[in-house]
Amino acid sequence: MEHIVIIGNGISGVTTARHIRKLSEKQITIVSAETDYFFSRTALMYVYMGHMKFEHTQPYENWFWEKNRINLKKGYVKNIETKSKTLHFAEGDTLKYDKLIIATGSKPNKFGWPGQDLEGVMGMYHKQDLENLEKYAPNNKVCKRAVIVGGGLIGIELAEMLHSRHIPVTFLVRESSFWNGVLPEGESAMINREILNHGIDLRLGANLKEIKADANGKVKSIVIQETGEEIECNVVGLTAGVSPNIDFIKDSEIEIGRGVKVNRFLETNIPDVYAIGDCAEQHEGIDQRRPIEAVWYTGRMMGETLAQTICGNRIQYKPGHWFNSAKFMDIEYQTYGWVFSKPRENETHFHWKHDDDTKCITVCYNTTSNEFLGINTFGIRMRHEIFDRWLTEKRDIDYVMTHLIEANFDPEFFKHFEKDILKAYNNKLQLA
Amino acid sequence: MSNKLNDSMSLANPNGVSTKQKVATGIGVLGLFILVLAFFNIQLANSGIILTVALGLITGGIVLYTNALYSGKSKGIKNDGIWFKSISSRGVLGWITGVILTAFYMVLYFYPHLLGLGKDGAANTGLISVFDPLSQLLSGRNASQWFVYGTLYTIAILAFGYKFIMKYRHNRYEQIRTGSVMFFQLAFAFLIPEFMYRMNSGLPYYDLKSVWPLNYYIFDEWSVKGFLSNGNIGLALILFGIISIFVITPILTYKYGKRWYCSWVCGCGGLAETAGDSFRQLSSKKMSAWKLERWLIHTVLVFSVVMTTAMVYTYLGYDHNQFWLTKGVFIGLVIAFLTLVFVVIMYYKRKELGKDAKYGAIGYFVVIASLLLMHFTGGIEEVFFIKSSTLRSAYGFYIGSIFSGVIGTGFYPILGSRAWCRFGCPMAAILGFQQRMFSKFRITTNGGQCISCGNCSTHCEMGIDVRAYAQKGENIVRSSCVGCGVCSAVCPRGVLKLENDSIKGRINPTEVLLGNDVDLMDLVNKK
Repeated sequence: MEHIVIIGNGISGVTTARHIRKLSEKQITIVSAETDYFFSRTALMYVYMGHMKFEHTQPYENWFWEKNRINLKKGYVKNIETKSKTLHFAEGDTLKYDKLIIATGSKPNKFGWPGQDLEGVMGMYHKQDLENLEKYAPNNKVCKRAVIVGGGLIGIELAEMLHSRHIPVTFLVRESSFWNGVLPEGESAMINREILNHGIDLRLGANLKEIKADANGKVKSIVIQETGEEIECNVVGLTAGVSPNIDFIKDSEIEIGRGVKVNRFLETNIPDVYAIGDCAEQHEGIDQRRPIEAVWYTGRMMGETLAQTICGNRIQYKPGHWFNSAKFMDIEYQTYGWVFSKPRENETHFHWKHDDDTKCITVCYNTTSNEFLGINTFGIRMRHEIFDRWLTEKRDIDYVMTHLIEANFDPEFFKHFEKDILKAYNNKLQLA
Repeated sequence: MSNKLNDSMSLANPNGVSTKQKVATGIGVLGLFILVLAFFNIQLANSGIILTVALGLITGGIVLYTNALYSGKSKGIKNDGIWFKSISSRGVLGWITGVILTAFYMVLYFYPHLLGLGKDGAANTGLISVFDPLSQLLSGRNASQWFVYGTLYTIAILAFGYKFIMKYRHNRYEQIRTGSVMFFQLAFAFLIPEFMYRMNSGLPYYDLKSVWPLNYYIFDEWSVKGFLSNGNIGLALILFGIISIFVITPILTYKYGKRWYCSWVCGCGGLAETAGDSFRQLSSKKMSAWKLERWLIHTVLVFSVVMTTAMVYTYLGYDHNQFWLTKGVFIGLVIAFLTLVFVVIMYYKRKELGKDAKYGAIGYFVVIASLLLMHFTGGIEEVFFIKSSTLRSAYGFYIGSIFSGVIGTGFYPILGSRAWCRFGCPMAAILGFQQRMFSKFRITTNGGQCISCGNCSTHCEMGIDVRAYAQKGENIVRSSCVGCGVCSAVCPRGVLKLENDSIKGRINPTEVLLGNDVDLMDLVNKK
């Protein structure tokens, strides 16, 4: 029977395995060096915050894998020998495959900062990072202050985590405003205030110069590039983005760029070797997407797609309309379609913000055709299905603004703001 | 920007409780201690003062603790450190609390004289006597152990209800729902029955919001006679009880799901949602727990149907001319009703039920067969040679007392806050069945937005693995869901929404989620 080996037990690899099992009786093995069982990486923060235990982050009970005849192997793949279709493990053993799926995800970026490998410096990506954090920042007595370097989604989550244990946090953000490479100005500014309101020491436009060690090789302080200011701390979180976790592939014949190069069928240059999820790099970005998409949802979609190809129905990876979500401290964020930080040619943004400074939306539309292109929503939940349909139907902006209430997904009895939003939108039109 | 931080702005302090919280806890414990002294017959002042001070301290302690915990903090999810705290993670404090609660229930149900209940009309002593003035004030009679229990129960719902409302300051669904359970407990379960007694002292205790089979005792002979001997009011009440079961309940459950009762009105639910909130995460989410739940709760339901039928049967007559409702007519009505329900479900929902239809059919025939056997083989008082009064007292003992009280509430810190509602409550079984089969209610999953984080499942008090549905893009339609709304509240990505909408598309299993290739979705999901 054909043996499918998947390296990586994250959402991409596990989705593929589940779908292959639905479609076939192939032999399936999932390899991971990180954990015995699949867990939700996005939930690690809640374990540290005490909302959940680690076992709660595992979406399937342990019997699930045996019942579905999915073999789990713990081991670190050292290299891949594609000619003989063999994996060599750091532990010394080997494993033969008929088809190989690389789904090894990402690793935190390090940009060659002095001191970046000291004790007490960590990313927030792997389960091991969580264990490290528990070791170096169990409370505010052991960790008097933590510095976070890098203002993205993981950075703000790490800030929330540390803050939940009363550990003072300094948050270095390279950009002039939080995540403003992605978020439009008004939204980014609102999140800056949300961070500050939670008592976090946010430093905008600040780069890390170096991390200094004490006599024992542990973190003692960091120095800020721009001001030269030295901040004493016991933990440094490096959250300046992630990149594909593919070092072990470098010596193989599989083509890599920043990630494992794949075509639209998620195939690499070597037959019977595929790559999906964070570690896969498209030759060209699909639609307006980036060549590497390090997002939970895209990993899952690639898994759903690749299972078809593996089981004989060779199809392209054709994701639908873009969507994403996150949570910034207490403010939830969802996005549907494309809203870039600055409107592109023939585009404009309509921005509405509630007076309480915890809710806002930005809608992007084409100024010549009036076609609705996308929405960012903060503090108001909206329906994926409705926006997906409106994007497919290429609805115009007026239609979307007048029907916004249909997309509302807030819990019952919540206050509605569609009227305020529409009023602001109509006022803006009159002014223009 | 300043490097100096105001630490008091932090979200939580899992390293311990703040001084304010410690003081508040001390105040509450002092109130409890005064009641314990009363239990040992040590009274420092007259009963009225003791009771006022004790209840005031308990309530004040909880309110102050809540304010210390939540006020001055940002509005949002406040679950920091719950798995680090001994009380809420089955630690030593949790077990101690469980043992104390369980012991209290044992004494309350089986040894009320230990609480000071006066035997055979003798004056109350100890704890119960402290409650005499309040009871006199409300109903004009001395307190019983049930009055003591009802008062403490109501205080718990009101004070911890305040805590829950403060915890969910950002969530109006939770606030309104909690206001509702606080109201129904105070007015319907506590005050109105006392006033009714005062106005018409022959009426049996009747909590208007309680519906059979939860108040299984309402159709007992003494109860029915009590109602019927009190003229039109009594008759109206017993008719209301019957209408509640057959008309009001199905309509409301069809429109809103069982939540209209379980998490908005019910007293057991009210306590679970308020005082029990700290323990909601302790419910088991395992598949094995779900299997146990389904067998156990439906067994209790069958037990309660057979028991009630047998009870009513015994005191009905044979003679048409005395009263139209004879034993034969009654059994006929019960069988006709059960058959109607069975046929309607099999006709409309056979496919949906799949394997469960078989179990349902077996259950149906067992009940019918036992009813017929009862009618044709049993004597006046016996069902399978067991006295129906024995059946009734067994039910009252094992289900009414041990399961719902001792285990249901005593084990809060071990099994979570809804062990009774989930595994034992026959009312929940009936409402749940309606919710699963004929209701507009569901928890809608927001397309493909789930990140499988597990907050929803962790904080589900009913032990539903919400994530298992959400991560497939599938709506949650489960008979056990009480609609507390916490899964939706704790979801960090806005994936879940409780709502009432059309039946069509309510159950929507998918394999490929929204957001992927539309052709692939068509191919895989069409089936």
